[in-house]
Amino acid sequence: MGAVKLLFVVQRPPYKSENPRLALTHAIASQTAEIYMDDGDSVVPTVVFVGDGVLNMVKGQQAMKIYGVTSTESHIKSSLQVDVPIWICKEDMERLGLKEDQIITDAEDIGGADLTTKFVSFADIQKEMEAVKHLLFF
Amino acid sequence: MGEFTLGVFPSLVGSMSLDFSFKLAEAAIAKGHKVNMWLSGNAVMMAKKGQKAFKDYSHNEKLMKELMGKGMEVTVCEACAEARGYHKEDVPEGMKRASMDWYLAKTVKTDKLLHIGGE
Repeated sequence: MGAVKLLFVVQRPPYKSENPRLALTHAIASQTAEIYMDDGDSVVPTVVFVGDGVLNMVKGQQAMKIYGVTSTESHIKSSLQVDVPIWICKEDMERLGLKEDQIITDAEDIGGADLTTKFVSFADIQKEMEAVKHLLFF
Repeated sequence: MGEFTLGVFPSLVGSMSLDFSFKLAEAAIAKGHKVNMWLSGNAVMMAKKGQKAFKDYSHNEKLMKELMGKGMEVTVCEACAEARGYHKEDVPEGMKRASMDWYLAKTVKTDKLLHIGGE
């Protein structure tokens, strides 16, 4: 079967729903899914934040300090660290008045990552939606 | 005959989406397909045996057991279940517990994946 591409599309805002967190933890789980697969098979996830879901990408989240739970920000950075691509929709950022300097772009403060956040257009997302085997809407 | 995987995230009570997931699984099995079901998020409420059926609330345990008897593989997210206080000894007979990588691995071989998101 080889490598199977998955696109996790996150539409929900952070902390109102468990969905964004579950999207990220499921995507990260691709790192250990091989124990259930045949040799040579793998899953290749990408996580894209669209609609109100782009609010998950705002940096400086204080969930641990205020509520004692891991922030969505730390899950996003952990995803980058394990080479899960993180995309954010430029049009939806613009709609909410978000600038690139307000967005989580790297994992430097937790040890660094090879990947950085990719700012993409809706057209790019649509193209990816057509290219992957499975779409998972969160 | 194909293989169909359902990723199911809605809660047992609050919407009919979980009920719909089981109805869809039932229809797929009736057509001869192999069905896998991943229960995560609030859908892990299904991982508690002995739920009482009231007419005012959704109750899917009976149908789930029937479908498992017909070969449906049901696995529940272990972390989501433990976070809600549903432990290994609470799980209905035949249901498995695993980490999220089980679901990811199923996406490789399955012909169709339908992800039914939570609230």
